[in-house]
Amino acid sequence: MIRFEHVSKRYGDSLVLDDLNLEIATGEFTVLIGPSGCGKTTTLKTINRLIEPDKGKIFIDDQDTSQIDKVKLRRSIGYVIQQIGLFPNMTVEQNISVVPKLLNYDKARCNEIVRELLALVNMPYEEYAHKYPSEMSGGQQQRIGVLRALAASPPIVLMDEPFGALDPMTRRILQDEVSKLQKKLNKTIVFVTHDMDEALNMADKIIFMNKGKIVQMAAPEEMLENPADDLIRSFMGKHSIDNESLPQTAADFMRSDIYSCYRNRGVREAIQQMARRKVDTLLVKNLDETYAGTVSIKNIRNHGKDMKTIEPLITQENAVSYVDEDAQVCFDKLLNGQDSYVVVLNHDQTIAGIVTKTSMAKSLADAVWGDSQ
Amino acid sequence: MTLNMVMSHFYLVAAAVVLTIVIGVPLGILAYFYKSVRKIILWIVEVLQTMPALALLGIIMVFMGAGKPTVIIGLLLYSLLPVVQNTYIGLSEVDPAIKEVAQGMGMTKLYRLWHVEMPIAFPLIFTGVRIATVTSVGTAVFAAFVGGGGLGSLIYRGIRISNMAMILSGTFVLMVMAVGCDGIMSYIEKRLYRRFSPAKPYNE
Repeated sequence: MIRFEHVSKRYGDSLVLDDLNLEIATGEFTVLIGPSGCGKTTTLKTINRLIEPDKGKIFIDDQDTSQIDKVKLRRSIGYVIQQIGLFPNMTVEQNISVVPKLLNYDKARCNEIVRELLALVNMPYEEYAHKYPSEMSGGQQQRIGVLRALAASPPIVLMDEPFGALDPMTRRILQDEVSKLQKKLNKTIVFVTHDMDEALNMADKIIFMNKGKIVQMAAPEEMLENPADDLIRSFMGKHSIDNESLPQTAADFMRSDIYSCYRNRGVREAIQQMARRKVDTLLVKNLDETYAGTVSIKNIRNHGKDMKTIEPLITQENAVSYVDEDAQVCFDKLLNGQDSYVVVLNHDQTIAGIVTKTSMAKSLADAVWGDSQ
Repeated sequence: MTLNMVMSHFYLVAAAVVLTIVIGVPLGILAYFYKSVRKIILWIVEVLQTMPALALLGIIMVFMGAGKPTVIIGLLLYSLLPVVQNTYIGLSEVDPAIKEVAQGMGMTKLYRLWHVEMPIAFPLIFTGVRIATVTSVGTAVFAAFVGGGGLGSLIYRGIRISNMAMILSGTFVLMVMAVGCDGIMSYIEKRLYRRFSPAKPYNE
């Protein structure tokens, strides 16, 4: 367990850490997040004493870290940084063995550790152990960076935006790998990021900081549901779920920019309209604007060439819904039926719009990701 | 000209360069570690370099008398600048992220210097040694004036007896030596840089 008690740090006039109190449980994946300059990296670096606080104490398993020899303390805590920082003069094997060597492990044991760790991330020993960092991609390098931090089995690992410099694909893969490793090896990980996606993806607990103080400390679900203030909400962005705006009825999903024609129109005119709008069916209304049915190009081709108006070709087989019908019922009609759309009617039987699979997907996307514009 | 002359010229240069490394590299490390002495060390080696080589040898001769030690010390003082400076710069320019990680992993200052910073700075330090070697080959000609021997005496004698062939042959051998040293050491240097090229993350 890591415990901060009244920890403060000041650089010149600015208070970077303001009377910080927090506890990180053993085996927990804790993410520190917040706007830049909020003190998250400083918090991280006070744990392995790369930064010494002005006031307050930090305990690891009830031992005051300021009483432990710095060098000894650091060897018992894994450390991963954004710039990776592999030693360019050392091979992968030598890089991973740095801390074990500092702790005077013998050669055979170092080699065993390297083999085990490389196997964990599916990097064959024969292929990678003797490569230099400059011979590998950024993603591979940071994998080694993580393994290097794990080499001497430290119970605690500190990670300072470790995936910040990687492309989104690689970042996602490494996030999953690190999550798996953490579960498997049961490490206490303290992870700094400014990417809420990453935090939600990996954390057991998120600590949101601003101006050197903790704004909220909660599990990801809890933070999503009850963000403590507007700043956190804006960080959540697309993730925040606002139940009230969730679309509920067919009307919320329908397209209303649709074309319909009167039932007494000629067949030729109907064909032209279809061609112009690039559709294969038309909505047909009665002269009093109420819904009459649909007419399809297939029907016209089969029977209608010599007819004057579309009237005899109208069918009423297409699925119909009403504006205030539950959205779920409407979707069921759309997904289970044969039709490519559901006609939505107002209560006076006039046409309100249609729900297509595309409009359904778009509305759902808007609801989940916020306004898609 | 005898092989003896060439060998004695080589000896002067080699002895001076070895001493330059033994003294210059630690001075560079001191300058890197201690801000308080940094300016003084870098200033002294720079001033030494600005003195005319002949004057420097003359001054040393006053204290040490004529002979090879005078020449070697003169060459040493004259060669310190590239070695000290490159050691200092090489160590200072190691990527701060690498220094931070090394510290964060629990390396002591000296362990970090020996296992991380010196290996990374080594190619640049080697460049300094190469420059020192090549300039020393030329500067060692002045050894003739303070009784140090070497190819300088051949050229000096050629000038006194107006023997153009003698002057040219001495000069030619000197040039071959300088170009040869430079070529061999440049080759090693290139391989060093390739081997130690710092890790640059790139996107997959």
